[in-house]
Amino acid sequence: MTQAPTKHDRYLADFEGFERDVAARGPEWLHELRQRALARFTEVGFPTARRGNERWKYTNINPIAEGTFSYPFAAGEVDGERLHTSIPWSDDWSRLVFVNGLHSAALSSVGVGADARSLAEALRADGQPAREHLGRYVTIEDDAFAALNTAFVHDGALVHVPKNGSLDRPLHLVYVTAAGAGPTVSYPRTLVVAESHSRLTLIETYAGFGEGRYFTDAVTEIVLGEGAQVQHYRVLMEEPDAFHVGITRVHLERDSTFTSTLFARGCAIGRNDLLATLDAPGSSCFLRGLYLTSGSQHVDNYVNIDHTQPHTTSRLYYKGILGGKSHAVFGGTVFVRPGAVKADARQEDKNLLLSDEAEVDSKPSLEIYADDVLCGHGATAGTVADDALFYMRTRGLDLNTAMVHLIKGFASEVLDKVEVEPLRLSLDRLTTASLPELQPGLVS
Amino acid sequence: MTSRGANHNRPLLEVRDLHVSVGSVEILKGLNLTVNLGEVHAVMGPNGSGKSTLTNALAGKPEYAVTEGKVLYRGKNLLEMLPEERAREGLFLAFQYPVELPGIRVREFLRTALDALREHRGLDKGSLREFNKLLQEKAKELGLDEELVKRSVNEGFSGGEKKRHEILQMAVLDPELALLDETDSGLDIDALKVVADAVNKFRKPDKAILLVTHYQRILNYVTPDFVHVLIDGRIVRSGGRDLALELEAKGYEWIRDAVESGREISV
Repeated sequence: MTQAPTKHDRYLADFEGFERDVAARGPEWLHELRQRALARFTEVGFPTARRGNERWKYTNINPIAEGTFSYPFAAGEVDGERLHTSIPWSDDWSRLVFVNGLHSAALSSVGVGADARSLAEALRADGQPAREHLGRYVTIEDDAFAALNTAFVHDGALVHVPKNGSLDRPLHLVYVTAAGAGPTVSYPRTLVVAESHSRLTLIETYAGFGEGRYFTDAVTEIVLGEGAQVQHYRVLMEEPDAFHVGITRVHLERDSTFTSTLFARGCAIGRNDLLATLDAPGSSCFLRGLYLTSGSQHVDNYVNIDHTQPHTTSRLYYKGILGGKSHAVFGGTVFVRPGAVKADARQEDKNLLLSDEAEVDSKPSLEIYADDVLCGHGATAGTVADDALFYMRTRGLDLNTAMVHLIKGFASEVLDKVEVEPLRLSLDRLTTASLPELQPGLVS
Repeated sequence: MTSRGANHNRPLLEVRDLHVSVGSVEILKGLNLTVNLGEVHAVMGPNGSGKSTLTNALAGKPEYAVTEGKVLYRGKNLLEMLPEERAREGLFLAFQYPVELPGIRVREFLRTALDALREHRGLDKGSLREFNKLLQEKAKELGLDEELVKRSVNEGFSGGEKKRHEILQMAVLDPELALLDETDSGLDIDALKVVADAVNKFRKPDKAILLVTHYQRILNYVTPDFVHVLIDGRIVRSGGRDLALELEAKGYEWIRDAVESGREISV
């Protein structure tokens, strides 16, 4: 694949300054990893939306490739009070806050007993367990965005839950972009190691403050040891003009359980690439998602589940609510590898289109190379049912109230499963607040 | 707000020369009907005669276009009102095919509906505790599972549950005129009796019921004051309870033949 060299120049120039000023004190192995990642990025270039390139078929990332986003060498600032009132928040949660990719000790607060710290800090110290796991699940071969994030890997969150350990309260990782002069890019990196029989509730929030275009290139790696249970939430509330590419890789050992809920408010281009590898018998993952798009927003969910071993279970349930001229993509495959007998997989994507001009490309698929498996998938797209509206109106609800209830009812099938109550209430409010954008004229 | 005193002589619903089309097909072709407070009217007719068209048009379903005639509700022009305004004025339709509302729980749905009706009537929102108590009580009377009110409206309900749930809504929302669209169809005999009991309980001097049915079976339990036979978009014969029994014995063809030979009896 060839690309115009200009699309890389900005990143190459930034990389020199980054290595010299920001990342200079890191360990040698990390320096080497970054060099290899940069070389890989320049070699493969940004992906192209076209037939045959299944991973990016429906998402044109040219606006990102041509966006000349620069690395923010100066740390940004975010008002703590504003942060608190704008994103899901509970004083009972532990939190690590990052502004423009860099850890803010002032805004963070981690409870006793939780080993959650700034990745940059951890890398300056002994480097474990980062050295063992970093880049092992999201490899630089993955794609250009993974390579680019890895080239600029520096700060982010390192979460380590020891064997049999458990965090007594949810851990909130907050990645904020504070708009500054000109378009900037940040490279949040999250590494979560949940050792055997440990338990963790983790919330990742990505948010923007201030108008303007920026680009978040995020990578998250989550490893679950034997019998570990991780409840994961990913909240995307980037600014409407922002670009977000998030890559998450989850690796599951024997009898471990990964439960994840994505809440994605739309942005200019949002891509959520999730791969869960069920790499040992008895492992299971339950993936839910709700995406809301309006205006000319574009959200692409690319979710893959890899059943490599027998007796593995996966469930996927994503829902989208689309307004305006927005475009949503749901893609991805459930793989059942040779020998992965008794695999049990279901995936379903349902979409509610509130406008004639909204569009969804939903292509869940199955690739099965084993016998004796139970697999199913489905995708639907529909408009608000007139019959349902009429039924509600015959009970005295006006048209607006009926619409609001129907849309929120659609969303609730995902949101009701959020077990962290303050988060559920928050996401419910965010959904309600989005309704007038999703359906102009609607009063929520 | 409407005054809700009992008045047997004043008509609650007056349907005059009603013509209704769906798409380009005329289904009701000049229907006349008067329902007074305190009365139960049964409208019977074969499939395709226009029974559901009548109830849907009265409830204000958008695709049912009234091309001629008028409908007065308490002397007011019903046809000018939006479906929700009709509901707030006291009209209720128990659907023949109740609609599923995914993600909307029965309890919250009915609470929202009742609030809208009470607000229209100038009443305060009742307490949540009283509402829950009322809902539980009515659900029990209808033999519905306690957990049903926590489920999404009509989603995964059995046929019988759907019909009983319609009557539950009627009992809770307490309308003035209940239109029951084939509420009896699909019910086994035990469920039919339970539903009939609830309808009889609802029957009061300040209420009225328009019961649309294909079979006379439910009329064994809910005795109508009037029975009307609807054929090809018109009421061709009206009478008392005996007319339903005669219909059952002789079939709709008997009426059709009688009408065609010019022996129509007007309302």
